[in-house]
Amino acid sequence: MFVKKRVAVVGAGLTLFRRNLKETGRELAYEATKMALDSAGLNLKDIECVTLGTAPDAFDGIHMKGENLLDGAGAWRKPYSRVFVGGGTGVFVANSGWWHVASGLFDTCLVVAEEKMSSCFPHPQYAFTTIFDPIVDRPLGMNLVWIFALEMHRYMHVHGIKKEQIALVSVKNKRNALDHPCAQLPAKITVEDVLNSEVMVWPVQRLDISPTSDGAAALVLASEDVAKKITDDPVWIDGVGWCIDSTYWTNRDLYYPEYVECAARMAYKMAGIKNPPKEIDVAEPYDPFDYKELHHMEGLLLCGKGEAPKLTEEGVTQRDGDLPINPSGGLLGVGNPIAAAGLMKICEIFWQLRGEAGKRQVPGDPRTGLAQAWGDLMQYGSVIVMRS
Amino acid sequence: MSLEKIGDPHKTKHWMGHMECDYSYTHGIAGEKFFKELKENARIMGTKCKKCGFIYVLPRLFCERCFERLDEWVEASKRGEVHTYTVAHIDVDGNKLKEPIIWAMVKIDKVHGGMVHRLGEVDPKDVKIGMRVEAVFKDKKERTGSMLDIKYFKPVG
Amino acid sequence: MSAKIKKYPGEAIKTEDLRKGRVPVIRWKPKAKYAWSVGVAMSRFLKELKNGRIIARKCRKCGRILVPPRMFCELCFRSTDEWVYVKDTGVVNTYSISYLAADARRLKEPIIVAVIELDGASKGIGIFHHLGEVKKEAVKFGMKVKAVWKPPEERTGAITDIKYFKPAEV
Repeated sequence: MFVKKRVAVVGAGLTLFRRNLKETGRELAYEATKMALDSAGLNLKDIECVTLGTAPDAFDGIHMKGENLLDGAGAWRKPYSRVFVGGGTGVFVANSGWWHVASGLFDTCLVVAEEKMSSCFPHPQYAFTTIFDPIVDRPLGMNLVWIFALEMHRYMHVHGIKKEQIALVSVKNKRNALDHPCAQLPAKITVEDVLNSEVMVWPVQRLDISPTSDGAAALVLASEDVAKKITDDPVWIDGVGWCIDSTYWTNRDLYYPEYVECAARMAYKMAGIKNPPKEIDVAEPYDPFDYKELHHMEGLLLCGKGEAPKLTEEGVTQRDGDLPINPSGGLLGVGNPIAAAGLMKICEIFWQLRGEAGKRQVPGDPRTGLAQAWGDLMQYGSVIVMRS
Repeated sequence: MSLEKIGDPHKTKHWMGHMECDYSYTHGIAGEKFFKELKENARIMGTKCKKCGFIYVLPRLFCERCFERLDEWVEASKRGEVHTYTVAHIDVDGNKLKEPIIWAMVKIDKVHGGMVHRLGEVDPKDVKIGMRVEAVFKDKKERTGSMLDIKYFKPVG
Repeated sequence: MSAKIKKYPGEAIKTEDLRKGRVPVIRWKPKAKYAWSVGVAMSRFLKELKNGRIIARKCRKCGRILVPPRMFCELCFRSTDEWVYVKDTGVVNTYSISYLAADARRLKEPIIVAVIELDGASKGIGIFHHLGEVKKEAVKFGMKVKAVWKPPEERTGAITDIKYFKPAEV
């Protein structure tokens, strides 16, 4: 395929992820964006365009949220757009930044993601009700956790997976998050803790779920020539993919995310990856629930269908394993400000591939990394493949 | 597309509903300081960008032009001029107002920007663009740290 | 994180501080009301529910019988061709046991929700609904269920004209 310019990530920024942050959404976006610019040694005038991702306006309670946040994203009087694909936004916004530069239209691009879920009372969960069909779903009192529980239960049933196996993911990720300076819920927990935690919607229990959070993240992208002037260690975006499945979610078999496989194949083809488990050194699949890490590992073709629990049990997905998964601590440990969470994963891959992840560093000099996000009504997959 | 023609509007259904959420918006780091000064000292504050030379009202944490963090706070004038205005005869829900309300964008003296607020103590037909106005504050005990701590802007000579 | 960065921005506050006004906030409750046009297919679907029947649409090209019905097939991207009644019985494709209401309130007695593949619709084509008259321990994947309808005079043309699905006598 023809790509006009190779694109690199040259800087990254992240705020703390917390249940409530005092900053306005705009201020959060500013903090992450400024950090990303500083880390690349750039000024705002060096940036040619901005793309921002943020999830439902209903959380922050400000419609046209993209417009509200633009100053903080450095987009004043610049070419600007906002993308939104539910939870898939965090990786998709980086994909959109990619095409801004790869097309040859711009040499530098700021990619920003922000979410402030704390504004919504009684609980951000309630804002989610507005995503469901008002005729067939909402009158039945639908709740987001219900539908994920339906997906989790189907996945467990088709492959005969037990809760104990899934709980291992929560244990691993929360433990990994102990080394992440922005983490909201790092913890040393055991499988028993997960199995004894409050049942929310069986089979989902409290320690199976990531929290609601406020936070922001940002990246600086640059075309090949410009990137090489900015840094000795650019991280190349070699593959991007995205795909969406039907909103008639009751008309699909939920045990396997076809749309994630679709997005992954698109990214792998672009990156020339033929054997993902062998060629990917570190991966950050989306983990708003512990079973989702397993579900997505299979959709990303990192293992066969139903095999992800076994890899987790064998320690393959630990930081020092053969295929480290979510060394950052993921959404389960670091937090889940919807759009910023996905971009946080890309920040993590950026730092991992440059050897800058500190205590979270995956050993063995990883060269190829992957981040993936998932969104909407269990229907969207976005994937990015990066190389140093 | 084989569209079924439905001539009788009673045959098409509408599903009624509402979207209910309750919001608590933090003022943010800059906003908190602005509203505190408004409440306690009836002062309108701005932040200054040394690099660009702008004083921003309403104040912000950072300059959107050069992206520098702004930590210099200055007191702005309570006076300004009417940059533009409109006279509202209906409310947010489309109901007729008892008395029309004059909404104006007031450019505050010597700063970049200003605020949208009501005009008071003036007849709508006497309002002119460029008219000099001044903020009228509520009594301290009635101020809560909101834009409504300013009752309105009134004309000054 | 880049090991060079020492401090990460963000001033954390507690939910209690927000609710109790210790951190100044602006409160606002939007009053947006909606009249959503249900469309051609769903108009018929809701009308049929009032009559105690479930109706679907068939696409002749892929052969799928679709519930909820739609006037175009999203797979073939062409109009669907005919109305087809499906049964009000089916099997449980997946289910979950919820102690959470829509607004995240905790429930003492759980609600059991499920995706039910309806008899007469294509394989894998299901609807979402509640299960009732069944203990949570007794629910099984693939269990046969039947709709329990409200009495005709209480039906209004809504998905809730079906109260829930209960285990069918085998």
